[in-house]
Amino acid sequence: MALAQAKQTATEERLASMSLPEMCGCTRAAREDALVRVREMGLPGRRDEYWKYTRPDTLISAEAPHAVVFDAGEPLIFEDMDNLKIVFVDGVFSPEESDDLTLEGVTIDRIEDICHKDIHWAKELYGKLEARGQVPVQRPLAALNTAYAKDGVAIHVSGKPSKPICLMYRHASEASDAMLHHIVRVEPGAEVTVLEIGPAASRFNKCMEIDIADNGTLHHVRAQGRDHERRAVTHMFTRLGEESTYKSFTLTANGVLTRNEQVVELTGDNAVAHVAGACVGDGDFHHDDTVFITHDAVNCESRQVFKKVLRNGATGVFQGKILVKEGAQKTDGYQISQSLLLDDDSQFLAKPELEIYADDVACSHGSTSGAIDETALFYLRSRGVPHKDATNMLTLAFLAEAVDEIEDKELAEEIVTRLEGWLARRS
Amino acid sequence: MAALDQTQVKEGVDQETVDAVREVGTYKYGWDTDIEMEYAPKGVNPDIVRLISEKNEEPEWMTEWRLSAFERWTKMDEPSWAMVNYPEIDFQDQYYYARPKSMEEKPKSLDEVDPKLLATYEKLGIPLKEQMILAGVEGAEDMPAEGRKVAVDAVFDSVSVGTTFKDELAKHGVIFCSISEAIKDHPELVKKYLGTVVPVSDNFYATLNSAVFSDGSFVYIPPGVRCPMELSTYFRINAENTGQFERTLIIADKGSYVSYLEGCTAPQRDTAQLHAAVVEIIVEEDAEVKYSTVQNWFPGDEEGKGGIYNFVTKRADCRGDRSKVMWTQVETGSAVTWKYPSCILRGDESQGEFYSIAITNNYQQADTGTKMVHLGKNTKSRIVSKGISAGKAQNTYRGLVSMHPKAKNSRNYTQCDSLLIGDKCGAHTVPYIEVKNNSSRVEHEATTSKVDDDQLFYCRQRGMDEEEAVALVVNGFCKDVLQALPMEFAMEAQQLVAISLEGSVG
Repeated sequence: MALAQAKQTATEERLASMSLPEMCGCTRAAREDALVRVREMGLPGRRDEYWKYTRPDTLISAEAPHAVVFDAGEPLIFEDMDNLKIVFVDGVFSPEESDDLTLEGVTIDRIEDICHKDIHWAKELYGKLEARGQVPVQRPLAALNTAYAKDGVAIHVSGKPSKPICLMYRHASEASDAMLHHIVRVEPGAEVTVLEIGPAASRFNKCMEIDIADNGTLHHVRAQGRDHERRAVTHMFTRLGEESTYKSFTLTANGVLTRNEQVVELTGDNAVAHVAGACVGDGDFHHDDTVFITHDAVNCESRQVFKKVLRNGATGVFQGKILVKEGAQKTDGYQISQSLLLDDDSQFLAKPELEIYADDVACSHGSTSGAIDETALFYLRSRGVPHKDATNMLTLAFLAEAVDEIEDKELAEEIVTRLEGWLARRS
Repeated sequence: MAALDQTQVKEGVDQETVDAVREVGTYKYGWDTDIEMEYAPKGVNPDIVRLISEKNEEPEWMTEWRLSAFERWTKMDEPSWAMVNYPEIDFQDQYYYARPKSMEEKPKSLDEVDPKLLATYEKLGIPLKEQMILAGVEGAEDMPAEGRKVAVDAVFDSVSVGTTFKDELAKHGVIFCSISEAIKDHPELVKKYLGTVVPVSDNFYATLNSAVFSDGSFVYIPPGVRCPMELSTYFRINAENTGQFERTLIIADKGSYVSYLEGCTAPQRDTAQLHAAVVEIIVEEDAEVKYSTVQNWFPGDEEGKGGIYNFVTKRADCRGDRSKVMWTQVETGSAVTWKYPSCILRGDESQGEFYSIAITNNYQQADTGTKMVHLGKNTKSRIVSKGISAGKAQNTYRGLVSMHPKAKNSRNYTQCDSLLIGDKCGAHTVPYIEVKNNSSRVEHEATTSKVDDDQLFYCRQRGMDEEEAVALVVNGFCKDVLQALPMEFAMEAQQLVAISLEGSVG
């Protein structure tokens, strides 16, 4: 009882520290519902099973811990590439830095603006997938986001836009505490690439709801910024229709605490969902990938590929689940989580789960952890490769399976370049 | 077995497998023995705890130990994390102590033994020679043993009916008796080891067991002794509305070896019955313990009525260097199984192994697995778990592999496979993996494509396709495990041998 009381107090303290946005338009009902959900569930605590390996304290505290703004001395990844930039500074839309939001095949609105309109599709989506994603596991921080996020974009994809849409998150203030909520609707047969880059804020809570209609395709590539002290909790809720495709890749380098949740629901037959992540952590670094994939249609394919390279006391967490519902026959589910521990101080904590209620399925998962393969290292060194280079080569090779999940070769190359940079700075 | 008969079996699943599962689903031990019983009043409270202690003629310290456990238990909550659903258990609506009236005084000759007790053991398929001893006949040890010797401790509801081959074992210094006798005759050993592997406050059911355990087995193997025969305990629940709470304590001193078997059955009843046991194993330097179980409690009927709720805490502590423990379990019974035989690998180079086959049918639910806690250097563990689910059953593997920072150069290999027969059942895998040093290697596999590559390569070289090759390799491995199970277990175990992994999921 005392525990429930403590949780309630912490939740109310957090809610009191924020102000609700103007309750109006098509998001009003969703926000009100979400607020009720948050109060019912309470914000996550240390004793919650779903937060067994990651301490949520600093993510729910009334005040965000400060984080020094880091100057990497180089532009953000993908910044110089041709894409439609939508820039947020400490979680606030910056019209000056952003490109013109018009692009053929896509309509982009700010969440703040749609509040004053009654956009049919947005009403159907805002807070809806998040609410669905609360069962069977509660995700109170996402509900908190639905209720309180003041900014974000609503992207409506009706064709095949010529260039990616790039959500760029800049970090400017040490005390920033940002919350963004995006919604994306991909119409039948439409295709889009969404990029997310940058550290965003000292503390960042982001929620994205993606609804992909039949035959639609969405590619998502994200790089979470190099600021050492930043904290982030992100949720991506994706629903897939018939023969649709969703492919997501996340690169995380540094950041004192990151929790990325992916909640994917395959509701149409023959849909394909791939989620992948590569993370490299050095020192005070805690990275948590939590994935929940639900198969609720016939002949769908899902893949989870997560690789973590850890050193100097860094911690990597993976919680993955494949849920195959009754009747979701011919499901092909694959899940792999691996960590490469470069020294004895780092740790890898994993909970790769399967829950299967259909008999004609092929689901498999694997999870490994260990050091660099001495035999491979010896092989390279015996051929004249210096120790340092050999270690870096093997580390990159280890991460390759995850990076290969990015379909666009140009984007993948950029990711590899950044990974090489990370390794070079540390060897 | 109507549920299974009507099920459309997926192509690729062997008929043999289906038949084997169907066979297992027909419960052969569902009859009961009509015997006059003596009960303690229903419910649990400090008076009942004292009464059980009194019935077992226990010393004061033991009574106190039980009472403090009861005190803790009243403050604990029933765990709810397992993937099992059952109606709330009314812990006050159970008998915590029941024994046959005829056991009040130990019978001296065959004529004195209650014929009903005798018939019970005959029906359970235990050989005559054993039967005489099991029924508590003194002097039966002198008769020539037929076939292989297996010493048996038989527990009927709350009391141990008899222990065989005690004298022969004593010649080797081995102590094998019921735990109630051990508390009286070897208090120093019991005091030293009881509750050191599974602490009183370990979990809800273990704490309840600590308070109300009525009987169970006690084994002590002295240093350097290889136990001359297999030891076995046979648990039988007979009385209605009665919970069985047994406690087993096995101590393998330095350099010793013992193989221990456990079997269990219960009559078919409409109401569910509770079974909450605790098994503690202490393995000292260079010692080795093999613990095998065929759990065959009544699983409930086709509609899911009745059956045993099996909440068991089993744990082995490999205290000494190079110590070794091996758990083998074949879980076919119980309406609800909640069981995680675990290994604490404390000693350097100690080894833990867990082999499990869990079969669920109709409305059975099994949530079972293991914990491998690596604390010492160069420790090794291996987990092989096969879950087979049919009817409307749910089968979950739940496990933990933990490599502590000091467990350098340790190794774990885990493989869990599940097979579903029919589209109304479920198979789940919930492994926890915690690695806190980089010289250890942990591999968790749930794919059938990566069983021993060399053997696979050999088979494929000879023209088998991959699936055939995998099935052959895994089947061969299964057989090894199953054939290691002796005695009365062999019958049930043989039925499972035919199980193939074709069409399996991770």
